[in-house]
Amino acid sequence: MKTDDLSSVILTLVTFAPLAGALLLMFFPRRDRDIRIFALVVSLLTFVLSLHLPVYFRRAQTGFQYEIVRQWVSSPNIHYHMGVDGFSMWLVVLTTFLTPLCVLISWKSIHERVKEFFILLLIMETALIGVFTSLDLFLFYFFWEATLIPMALLIGIFGHERKVYAAVKFFMYTMIGSVFMLAAILWLYAHTGSFDFVVIRDRIASGAVPNLPPAAQWLFLGFFLAFAVKVPLFPFHTWLPDAHVEAPTAGSVLLAGVLLKMGTYGMLRFNLGLFPEQSRHNAWWIMILALIGIIYGALVAMVQPNMKKLIAYSSVSHLGFVVLGIFSFTQAGLNGAMFVMLAHGVSTGGLFMLAGILHERRHTYEISEFGGLAAPMPLYAASYLLIVLASAGLPLLNGFIGEFLVLSGAFQDKAIYGILGATGIIWSAVYLLWMYQRVFYGKVTHPVNHSLTDLSGFEKLAVWPCAAAALVMGVAPILWLGAIDPAVHAALNPVAQVMSKLVAP
Amino acid sequence: MMFAWAAYSSALPQSADYIRILPEIVLSIFGMIVMVLEPLIDEEKSQKLLGLIALLGTLAALAATWFMAQSPGLAFWNMVQVDGFSVFFHVLIVAVAAIVILSSYEYMAVQRIRAGEYYALILFGAVGMALMSSAIELVLIFIALEISSISSYVLAGFRRKEASSAEASLKYFLLGSFATAFFLYGVALMFGATGSTNIAQISQSLQAGPMPLLAYVAVAFMFVGLGFKVAAAPFHVWTPDVYEGAPAPVVGFMSTAPKAAAFAVLLRVVFVINVPGMLWLIWVSAALSMTLGNLGAFVQNNVKRLLAYSSIAHAGYLLVAFAAAPALGTSAAMFYAAAYAATNLGAFAVVSHFANAGERYVALEDYEGLGRTSPLLAATLTIFLLSLIGIPMTGGFFAKFYVFNAAVKSNLIWLTIIGVLNSGIGAYYYLRIIVMMYMREPRKEAPVTPVPFALGMALAACLAATLYLGLFPSRILQYAQDSARQFVSPDVHKTSPSTLASTPPDAR
Repeated sequence: MKTDDLSSVILTLVTFAPLAGALLLMFFPRRDRDIRIFALVVSLLTFVLSLHLPVYFRRAQTGFQYEIVRQWVSSPNIHYHMGVDGFSMWLVVLTTFLTPLCVLISWKSIHERVKEFFILLLIMETALIGVFTSLDLFLFYFFWEATLIPMALLIGIFGHERKVYAAVKFFMYTMIGSVFMLAAILWLYAHTGSFDFVVIRDRIASGAVPNLPPAAQWLFLGFFLAFAVKVPLFPFHTWLPDAHVEAPTAGSVLLAGVLLKMGTYGMLRFNLGLFPEQSRHNAWWIMILALIGIIYGALVAMVQPNMKKLIAYSSVSHLGFVVLGIFSFTQAGLNGAMFVMLAHGVSTGGLFMLAGILHERRHTYEISEFGGLAAPMPLYAASYLLIVLASAGLPLLNGFIGEFLVLSGAFQDKAIYGILGATGIIWSAVYLLWMYQRVFYGKVTHPVNHSLTDLSGFEKLAVWPCAAAALVMGVAPILWLGAIDPAVHAALNPVAQVMSKLVAP
Repeated sequence: MMFAWAAYSSALPQSADYIRILPEIVLSIFGMIVMVLEPLIDEEKSQKLLGLIALLGTLAALAATWFMAQSPGLAFWNMVQVDGFSVFFHVLIVAVAAIVILSSYEYMAVQRIRAGEYYALILFGAVGMALMSSAIELVLIFIALEISSISSYVLAGFRRKEASSAEASLKYFLLGSFATAFFLYGVALMFGATGSTNIAQISQSLQAGPMPLLAYVAVAFMFVGLGFKVAAAPFHVWTPDVYEGAPAPVVGFMSTAPKAAAFAVLLRVVFVINVPGMLWLIWVSAALSMTLGNLGAFVQNNVKRLLAYSSIAHAGYLLVAFAAAPALGTSAAMFYAAAYAATNLGAFAVVSHFANAGERYVALEDYEGLGRTSPLLAATLTIFLLSLIGIPMTGGFFAKFYVFNAAVKSNLIWLTIIGVLNSGIGAYYYLRIIVMMYMREPRKEAPVTPVPFALGMALAACLAATLYLGLFPSRILQYAQDSARQFVSPDVHKTSPSTLASTPPDAR
């Protein structure tokens, strides 16, 4: 009984705990140490709370769990409707997992305007979790937009040289992308009288929405554009390298780890959920864009002289896998897409932390500035290797499972998609291992690098959980896939129905 | 009709009639008290005392609005109508006046401006604006428009020693009189077309027969006059110059209260008189205002000019609601007016404080590092700017949301797309100010003075209103919807002794 009580409010607690912490933090005196400790406590508490979700999640059950529905605004008909399924639950946990690590990695590196930094970080966490938990389109849009400000400020205030340019570019890209989604949401509300995701989905499925057929393609594109910018899918990706290179480490971790997943999650939830037919029709060019993203991202990553930019472009490549998996409409593809999202969050989050650690010591990301670091920094090198291998998709580590599933899904759809996608794995091994070799092996080429210190206590605390998660996810993926699979089933059902309708007559 | 004429000839105004214009009476009385006292008190003391009296006047007027709200109906031979709609705008306008008085309190001393007439003019201006929102007779609307305009002309020129302020005043006066003349001409033509100046009667007689060509011209002319007052394109050219020259608190006032009042009149003209071709006029004007306002704001380096262009863009967003269906559009426009008033007043209050003596610090570069030198002020301004962008948790978000919602429901897809695209692009220039404040190093020369108490109160009120509208919009919106329903349906006229009919609810 007790857990049932908790289950009905757990999403609210998890979502707003960081915000409450941020509000309290505003009244803190400017004693940086206390602020850091408090932020860590709040984010850890949120993580512990969020563990309730997978622990009590009923895996056999499809549909949303831990639901809560309350009226927020009576007219228009906006509800505070939250709930998670196998997709969103893990993304929530991913967010709460990465945030304490962000606090730890920023412990030493942020020493100016510490209070503002942690306030923004915690607000950011609330907004991100809100995106994944809201089931009311309005609420979703609310949180979606709310992620913009703290992220732009994190980049713009705490970033590196060209921070302002990057912050404004990031903001404008996503803002302009998402207004089309707003228009689509408003259209849906005007024709269904509801913002509720479940209601709208059912109405569309039963054909009860007037004037839908001519508009559906546009609505699909309205949502898709907003998500494609966020992912970022190939032609919309140019904001990403700038934002990553300029962002502070914690910003990059959340950006790559969670923010990009908002886009792929949106495609999965809204494009697929609301418009299965249009998703099917548009899949061919989306998959082509995804493939271009995979290969182009990998090729560009290969020639980057800047470590952070390299990781940023590797994100473009990896997220291409996710999109490829989603629009393959196969059980394996969707499972894999979801798994890549989580794996990429953990491993790329880890890579950005590691890059940040190096930057703190040498104030540069240039790969040519390093070389032979394995000697002065053995622990660092070992952690780096593990995470690089995870990211490159080595079996027994988390990257492999997801990419394998995605590719097998893509093969089932069309062999050529699978073949082209598979080259992405080769490329990723090339650029990651080549980078690793240039940075860590050989002789120490720059004398300053002799005196580099190895991982400090806080850095170990930040990096090792990522490495551990990468390993566990690679060895026992079923822990995650067990909850994801039923959600995939539920998501594919309407698509399959659409297909059979198309084939039958 | 007979009854109405009889009312003109025989019945004297009843006490209920006076209650229905009680806020205007109260404001006028306090305005006169300020005028009379001004020469009697020594100049040093007068600043604070007169401001206080004016503030009391606005509070008394708020109370009077409550009394007024208790007796809805028509007054003064069907020239004034008290309903939820006019009560809403009364509260809005009087509250704006109160906040402007609060934020002028220290500003006047810093700028070394003699305060006497200043406060009186704000009160008189509020009388005109309040009357505009409850007048339903075109000649009375014109008189109210003139009362409000003439006060604004003088207020715009209050920084007497500055050439830019004199320019602002003169420009505003010349163009403004031209625009009001258009309005008056429209009224005359409308009288020629329908034989009446009463909005309800006009609507009735227009519905009865075929639409006379004259009526189209009349409505177009009225739109020119009102479009000027709300700074809608293509009648917006005066805005940046006037906003740049006028004292900052006055700009806060001008960009909110008279605009709200003019929008109230426009709502009545558009939705009650209800001329068919009007939709396209508004469509074009809304699209132009949004686009030109945002494009113009991109290249501004003066914060006041930037906010002037932003106010043009916001007039455009608001006009989108006018193109929508009556009930939805009216409530969305009302909510927008309220949210925009709270936000913009707050923004100008910060600008006025930071401008310092002689308004020297109004360039965008002067805001560099404000986030570090005065974090609280910067955070407040940031919230106002985010509300102007339309970011969640602020009033500006729901305001835009309701407007676009109304537009989509009325099948204005293209206008909505132009609107949302604009609001995306428009984020850029507000962001520039935030970037300046937080992402640049502070400058030495721009001095930072502590926020005085009165201004602090004004800012707190604006901030509270902005956040309240952003988090709990239901109550205000519900109120707006209820009064919009009354406004576009004929029920309300049944409470009056006259037999005037209004438009059917679904006339459009």
